[in-house]
Amino acid sequence: MKTIYNKLLLLVLLFPLSMLAQSTFTGTVLDKASNQPIPGVNIVVEGTQNGTATDFDGKFTLNVKKGEQIVFSYIGYKNYTLTYVAQKNISIVLEEDSAQLDEVIVIGYGSVKKKDATGAVSTVSTEDFNRGPLVSADQLIQGKVSGLQIINGGGAPGEGAQIRIRSGSSLSAGNDPLYVIDGVPLDNGGGGVQGGRNPLSAINQNDIESVTVLKDASATAIYGSRASNGVIIITTKKGKTGEMKVNYNGNFSVGEVTKYVDVLNANQFTDFVMANGTLAQQALLGTSNTDWQKEIYRTALSTDHNVSFSGGVDNINYRASVGYSDLNGILKEDNFQRVTLNTNLAGKFFDNHLKVEFTNKTSSNKNNYSNRDAIGAAVSFDPTQKIYDDTYGYDYFQWLDFNETTGIPNQEVNAGRNPLSMINQKTNKGYQYRSIGNIQFDYKLHFFPDLKAVANFGYDYSSGKGFGYTDANYVVSGERNNNYNNLEQKKNQVMDLYLNYNKTISAIDTNVDFTGGYNYQNFNYINSSFTNDVVNGVVNQGPSSNETVNLQSVFARAIFSIKDKYLLTGSIRRDGSSRFTEENRWGNFPSVAVAWKINEEGILKDSKVVSDLKLRASWGITGQQEIGKRYPAIPLYLNSTETAGYQIGYDAGGVPVFIQPYRPQPYNLNLKWEETKQVNIGVDFGLFNNRITGSAEVYKKNSTDLIVFTANPQGVGFSNADFYNIGDMEFKGIELSMDVYPVKNETIKWRIGGNITFQDAEVTKLNLVTSADSPGIIDVGGISGGTGNNVQNHQVGYSPYSFYVFEQVYDVNGAPVEGVYVDRNQDGQVNEDDLYRYKKPAADFYYGFNTDFQYKNFDFNMSWRGSYGNYNYNNVYSNYGNVATSLPGNGDYLNNAHATVLETNFAAPQYTSDYYVQDASFLRLDNVSLGYSFPNALGEGKNLRITGAVQNVFVITDYDGIDPEVSGGIDNNLYPRPRTYSLGLNLNF
Amino acid sequence: MKNIYKTLSKLGIVLLALTMVSCVSELDQDAPNDGNQISDETFFKDPTSYKQFLAKLYAGLAVSGQNGPAGSPDISGIDEGESQYTRGLWLMQELTTDEAIIAWNDKTIKNFHYQTWTSQDLFITATFNRLDFQVKLCNEFLRQTSESKLSSRGVDDALKAEITVYRAEAKFLRALSYWHFLDLFGSVGLVTEDSPSQFFLPEQASKQEIFEFIESDLLAAMVDMRVPNPASPDYPRADQAAAWMLLGKLYMNAEVYVNQNKYTEAMTYIKKVIDESGYSLATDYNELFLADNDRPAVRREVIFGVAFDGLRTKTYGGTTFLTHAPVGGTMIASEFGINGGWGGIRTTSAFVSKFDNTTNDARAQFHSDGQNLEIEDVATFTDGYAIKKFKNITSQGVAGSDASGDFVDIDFPMFRLADAYLMYAECALRGAGGDNSTAVSYVNKLRARAYGNASGNVTNINLNFILDERARELHWEGHRRTDLIRFGKFTGGSYVWPWKGKVPNGAPTPSFRDVFPIPATALGGNPNLIQNAGY
Repeated sequence: MKTIYNKLLLLVLLFPLSMLAQSTFTGTVLDKASNQPIPGVNIVVEGTQNGTATDFDGKFTLNVKKGEQIVFSYIGYKNYTLTYVAQKNISIVLEEDSAQLDEVIVIGYGSVKKKDATGAVSTVSTEDFNRGPLVSADQLIQGKVSGLQIINGGGAPGEGAQIRIRSGSSLSAGNDPLYVIDGVPLDNGGGGVQGGRNPLSAINQNDIESVTVLKDASATAIYGSRASNGVIIITTKKGKTGEMKVNYNGNFSVGEVTKYVDVLNANQFTDFVMANGTLAQQALLGTSNTDWQKEIYRTALSTDHNVSFSGGVDNINYRASVGYSDLNGILKEDNFQRVTLNTNLAGKFFDNHLKVEFTNKTSSNKNNYSNRDAIGAAVSFDPTQKIYDDTYGYDYFQWLDFNETTGIPNQEVNAGRNPLSMINQKTNKGYQYRSIGNIQFDYKLHFFPDLKAVANFGYDYSSGKGFGYTDANYVVSGERNNNYNNLEQKKNQVMDLYLNYNKTISAIDTNVDFTGGYNYQNFNYINSSFTNDVVNGVVNQGPSSNETVNLQSVFARAIFSIKDKYLLTGSIRRDGSSRFTEENRWGNFPSVAVAWKINEEGILKDSKVVSDLKLRASWGITGQQEIGKRYPAIPLYLNSTETAGYQIGYDAGGVPVFIQPYRPQPYNLNLKWEETKQVNIGVDFGLFNNRITGSAEVYKKNSTDLIVFTANPQGVGFSNADFYNIGDMEFKGIELSMDVYPVKNETIKWRIGGNITFQDAEVTKLNLVTSADSPGIIDVGGISGGTGNNVQNHQVGYSPYSFYVFEQVYDVNGAPVEGVYVDRNQDGQVNEDDLYRYKKPAADFYYGFNTDFQYKNFDFNMSWRGSYGNYNYNNVYSNYGNVATSLPGNGDYLNNAHATVLETNFAAPQYTSDYYVQDASFLRLDNVSLGYSFPNALGEGKNLRITGAVQNVFVITDYDGIDPEVSGGIDNNLYPRPRTYSLGLNLNF
Repeated sequence: MKNIYKTLSKLGIVLLALTMVSCVSELDQDAPNDGNQISDETFFKDPTSYKQFLAKLYAGLAVSGQNGPAGSPDISGIDEGESQYTRGLWLMQELTTDEAIIAWNDKTIKNFHYQTWTSQDLFITATFNRLDFQVKLCNEFLRQTSESKLSSRGVDDALKAEITVYRAEAKFLRALSYWHFLDLFGSVGLVTEDSPSQFFLPEQASKQEIFEFIESDLLAAMVDMRVPNPASPDYPRADQAAAWMLLGKLYMNAEVYVNQNKYTEAMTYIKKVIDESGYSLATDYNELFLADNDRPAVRREVIFGVAFDGLRTKTYGGTTFLTHAPVGGTMIASEFGINGGWGGIRTTSAFVSKFDNTTNDARAQFHSDGQNLEIEDVATFTDGYAIKKFKNITSQGVAGSDASGDFVDIDFPMFRLADAYLMYAECALRGAGGDNSTAVSYVNKLRARAYGNASGNVTNINLNFILDERARELHWEGHRRTDLIRFGKFTGGSYVWPWKGKVPNGAPTPSFRDVFPIPATALGGNPNLIQNAGY
């Protein structure tokens, strides 16, 4: 093997020998750290084509003239330049440059050096990731990137998150960014299926090398119709040439509840019922003292392990890892188990002309979801009742209907159920398997090495099952022994074929880089479900579906770098989607960007202060077609389930004949792409030898032809509302981010980083008619309590999802007066015409700051995150903070009340009062960690590191609910985010 | 060497081009591959499709979507159960009157009883959308079954003949929904099978135009409908008697709709219903509202009904709503064949007082145990008498088919013969022909059935008596608001009942509330629509 390698090297070495009668310069190139020779180092005489590379022993021979500048370069190392003054046989020492590795950033269908990037792009890589027991990519970068807001859905293990880049771009269509994992663009939202949790948790966090966020149109437009909401590129770790390295990463963590909903305790509740309830209701009170919230939660213990093996033999690099996580939620029974396998292989063949890269990420999840409904039930269940009661064989105390005069009493139909019975007698589980992989061929043409042909074939297959069952002695008779099964499969196939031409034209001191190609992506979705209705002895088949979406595109991009000062990027993508009719199928998505590296200009070139300064501007159009429906533009007829049949006559035997009716489905032939035009101006700077670095961005996005689900004219279409391209929105924002190293020397390295994003979104067009009287789109922001109550609204001139409520009137003591609202239109009556838009769930600005402090082998890390101007509708208060909900008139049962009832004394729920819209600005200490490294602890090059960390340390907020951070702004029985203490161990050998 | 590479790469380019061409065709996604969602062409290739589509026109009155009881709604913007046809209609026809009041906190639902609704009301919007959905379904059915379409699909003559009857029924169902539009909202857009099926902005039709459309369309469709047959194996499809009944109702209210006296025309069709249809009264009043009210002995009175089934036609609206919602307090759920009441609907003392004999009149099915006659608090179920009309048990006392007690089997009688008898009496009293003694005899047929003997019979009737008798006989069947308006007592101060006008003893309300407002979303969707006066 070694001889083959040597021969190949020789071949490489022979090739560039363009002999000139000059002095012969010889030497050896060594690695600074190991003092070992480095083969394959590029050596060129600056400004000429004259060059060579080191042989296997790190030796080189080059003909040069005196006074010429000779540049030594090798990937991953700092360049070294020397002036030839007739040195002989010298040793050149190259220093590894971790910073330089980071500086290559991935963009769609290629990568660029960070200093040459023209778009608004942020990369977070391993060393900057959030630390602690985290399981998915979004958690690693939460709070780290300006313009990127991540609100996780609650405190369950592996919980999904709402992820928005620059507020998204749409109203009714999706606002999730596009995720691209090692060249495979995922399905909308990351592509989760039944039985799983956060779709991004399919990739083990330990395998992620970097996460790149593409924000402006110049960066995203190459992804065309899927890019309006920004792009997140996740790159996994690859093997590096050298001996096999083994890395173990593991942690053990303990999570605990930090805050409970403030409900009445047993004594308070007893007083409350005695004061407000009827005699019958008073008689329902029990004598126990049960804190239901304490009963359903627990201290959760979790572990996570990952072992990876990586290295490179000859021309093949490899990395493989296996991970196992067993995470418990703080809600009893809640458990998430995950096994992940990750494989990367990269090989170079034919004189490095052909690079082949293979990646595979496989994961298997096993979930016990417990019963989330118990969270709300624990808030509202009567605290005076005991937990267990087996009088009627139900095991648990339950509200029963004692009106029945015969038999064992059944459940009181309108009452809540015992929270512990919901957890222990109803089971909800899931399994999920997922495999994401690709193989990429990158071939540099032998006869024309400036041209590269790339073929990438990838897939993302997942299948999952969600299932559950109810115990035979559960109180609800109709649910006993029932079980359900939901099956889902997703198949996503991708193929990219493109050519890349890269050439430096020295005559005009310009580097040109052209990329052009074709992209094919096919998504197949298969669903089926059934519920087994045991009491009726029937199995009800749910609707099954097998749907396909196909996307195809051609794209081209040109990057010009002139004099290494002026950068110009232009790209265009033409996309076709099977969602639309042939007439509207294709959309063009162009972009241009320019950048000026001012630091390369004469005045600044040698500046001691300014080490980097780049001004950027970009413009582009991106598209969007994710509207939930996969066939929105063709006429279809939909069958009904067997439970939605209709009797049409009788058969000969007099038995009713049920027919399953077909319904014509709404469709819109004229539907087309949403378009978002975005302008971005940015500046990147580095001062004092990059001890201070940062960037600032200003952007404006205009989304037009937004696909809005809006009212059909009466008489038109097949439903009351349908998708139309009629909405417009405007987004504006400013993003600032900065990293400062106040101290950076051999023993102490201290970094402070921070970012802040100011954002604003406004609906600028919504309806077919723009009328001041029109309330806009009102059926958004559904809340709990009653049926069909909504508290949000979209309207022209306002932020989407603005709260749409009545203005509360307060008495002299500042207490809200029940049912009295301001007659805002002064027509003498208070009705829906007086509803107004008050505040919004979106933040005016959000920010993150973090610091790393390293002293010798100690490292300390802290990250903070905050948000300002975001409001929540406190649905827990509005639902339970009144007498009527606690003392219901529709049955013999009681509900616990929220403590606010003692302040408001509301007799009935006041769902639409702005009293419940509350400021949810906050500042959270997300994470603190302290680590200690033991270098060479287990022998030479075998390192050990231990870390102690606390997640969700505390929150500073005026908001009264258990947690101010609620995606969508309606706070209703959020799964509490635990505070988690963890101990981590990292081994390298 | 170089040549080989060149050849290879040329070959590569050709292959690439070929792949791309074949791939591009994949952008034409025809229909999902699951057999549940099929293209219109595939659907209509199957001869049974016409009946499956017709079934949807009928099911549109019963279910709220394609997944029973919920999951694939026909219309959006409201809780699915609340979007169901007869439930929405019922709320607007009954909760607005002396017959019913509801305790719940669902959005603006209490405004119905107070008569303070606005154009943003979600319930009104949902009913408007439901009627519209029904009209659109019927229009599409008529479009898809035009002579030319059928011929182009090679439909044979036997099926064509059957489809002719289906088309007539589709027109009847469309007329029914337009009548509901006219009655509830007045002037709305008039869209037919001749209107475009893709986006356009329909013009608003006058009440006169809508009235004439319903009239002419029904008259035209009638000939192709099935001959009335109460024992028909095609139950619950509509036959000619249903069309006569609808015409009778249209004419009877013509003074309200178009300011014209058409009681004589009404009488013509009412007489046909009574004399020619063959429908006859069921023996027991209460059996009309039981789980097995589709038995021949009972449905012989039901001229047009909406069918429900606890296992096969599931919805949270319809009679499931009408059975669960009025049960609460000390009422025993199992007596209603359900797993529990929803504790919502009761009645006012004004309605209770319509009965001078609550003991012997079988139609006075009040539950007063634990209930107060007067309503101090609208939200308290025990304020106001409860009504035990719809029960999910059979005449044998057995609970309905859904063993879990959630969904009920009771069919909802939309038109029944008893109504026709009272319409006859009213028309006769309004001088539209017929004779007084026949009128009295029809009224006494109903009263004798209710009392079980002649003890409740009357000798003298007048219009006010008829209005009250209609309440006694037809309460909670969705007629009350229309009746009160025809008698000028719905709004204004000539008749008030508890909590009308949002005061405990009742107060006058403005007359513009005789029609509901066009929903704000409908105005937003079509600038051609003009809001009703007063809103």
